[in-house]
Amino acid sequence: MSEERSEEPVVEKSPADEGRADAEKADLAKTDPEKGRAAGDEAIRIEGLHKSFGDLEVLRGIDLSVRRGEVVCVIGPSGSGKSTLLRCVNLLEEPTSGTVTVAGNEVTDPDVDIDEVRRGIGMVFQSFNLFPHLTVLENLTIAQRRVLGRDRDSAERTARRNLERVGLTDKESAYPSKLSGGQQQRVAIARALSMEPQLMLFDEPTSALDPELVGDVLAVMRALAGEGMTMLVVTHEMSFAREVADRVVFMDGGAVVEEGTAARVVGDPQHARTREFLARVLDPAAARLPG
Amino acid sequence: MTRRLTRRQRARVVRAVQYGVLVVALLVLVLAADWGEIRRAFFDVDVAKEQFPEIVSTALVNTVIYTVLGFVFGLTLGLVLALMRLSQVPPYRWLAIGYIEFFRGVPALLVFIALGFGVPLAFQVAINQYVTVMLALGLVGAAYMAETIRAGIQAVPKGQLEAARSLGMSQQRAMVSIVIPQAFRIVLPPLTNELILLTKDSSLVYLLGLSLGQYELAKFGRDALNEHRSLTPILIAGLLYLVITLPLGHLVRRLEARTAKAR
Repeated sequence: MSEERSEEPVVEKSPADEGRADAEKADLAKTDPEKGRAAGDEAIRIEGLHKSFGDLEVLRGIDLSVRRGEVVCVIGPSGSGKSTLLRCVNLLEEPTSGTVTVAGNEVTDPDVDIDEVRRGIGMVFQSFNLFPHLTVLENLTIAQRRVLGRDRDSAERTARRNLERVGLTDKESAYPSKLSGGQQQRVAIARALSMEPQLMLFDEPTSALDPELVGDVLAVMRALAGEGMTMLVVTHEMSFAREVADRVVFMDGGAVVEEGTAARVVGDPQHARTREFLARVLDPAAARLPG
Repeated sequence: MTRRLTRRQRARVVRAVQYGVLVVALLVLVLAADWGEIRRAFFDVDVAKEQFPEIVSTALVNTVIYTVLGFVFGLTLGLVLALMRLSQVPPYRWLAIGYIEFFRGVPALLVFIALGFGVPLAFQVAINQYVTVMLALGLVGAAYMAETIRAGIQAVPKGQLEAARSLGMSQQRAMVSIVIPQAFRIVLPPLTNELILLTKDSSLVYLLGLSLGQYELAKFGRDALNEHRSLTPILIAGLLYLVITLPLGHLVRRLEARTAKAR
């Protein structure tokens, strides 16, 4: 544990990142806020999304869009379809109907090269899914080399830079099984970042972690948001949502019940179902009391 | 007798009886056996000396060569069959299932006869002896190994494939770089068991009619048995099989322990 603490992730912007963030800001500044919803500025656009597993309808018509540079948190009770929604964005689940468009590419179009689109979408899983037969460094370089065709040297340079971003430079030759859950998740984030995605998806990234390890992962995500990364985050961390999210989406029963700024959805929910859910999440002990 | 034994006393009595029976059985065996006869049959030193060095330099070496040839071919074919068995395309699955069921179901002996005599007769071709051995051992071994490898591939968590695909890898690339390497680590112990079985099955090669230099352990032992009217060569051949299989068995246990620790 002390080890975990000693390596607080220091996320420093490299000059290149700074340049990119500036360019993005300039981009945003140029765009009229009213026109902000124009296609060029949209990272994700989801329209009329339905998904069924057999007879079970998990998503019942979702419409949602995420602007570039925006951090959107999806909250809701388990079984509400939020993970499925996230997995439809990079087509790990094939939607039953509806369209998903990522950076102008309609991923639901059978003619689109999904591998190509996925390169631009980083995904972080609840269970980390690091490759156990590869070292940390190899976890970060394998897709760069096999998918992007980078040579070993440049792949390793990118990998080391991203390990530094998550504060794990000293672990590059370790195997995932030797790392704590929090460290594994930070490596998973660095692995996704090594592909230099325009968009990051987080599927309950801290749900499998011991409470004392959650903070380090959230710190990395917070820094990433600060750099202007577009993020769609399924989470139960209400404080993270409140603090970092530009927008919070509350889902229940496969539909979006309520969405808006974090302050509004978490601070002043309009719907009874949202209030009920938040009461249970924010004060689990009280919710468990009889009556 | 109403005396009651404590638990410890009763355990002692039971243990004493168990050892007693064993000692009596051994004594009877030692006293009743005709040791002179047994020694002549099994431990004839002169006959034993005569077997060396050929039984090692020819027979043992050939056994290893045949086994390795069969294993390498079987493993390759087995991997292809396993992937066919898991294919999205139904005809591939049917072919693989048909193959596996057939070659697991018929005796290896029959396959050897078919390849050794049937094919050359039917097609009027002479196949190289080593190729025949490789095919015969490999064709049967592949059926078993395919099922082992399939189980291994399915034992790799689904999240591994999802993570690989999320990084932009194609299905094939993800299988080759991520899933299959992990599957092989899982199936290493059962595959080593497969190798032990193949080592023993290599004795069926005698059916193909071998020249002297191609003798493997079983055939070599049988020839020497006919020549000397002594079981000694068979005993030595048996011990030499153990020289191969015991270390492999030990390896399996170590690999299993390692896998158990990694979980």
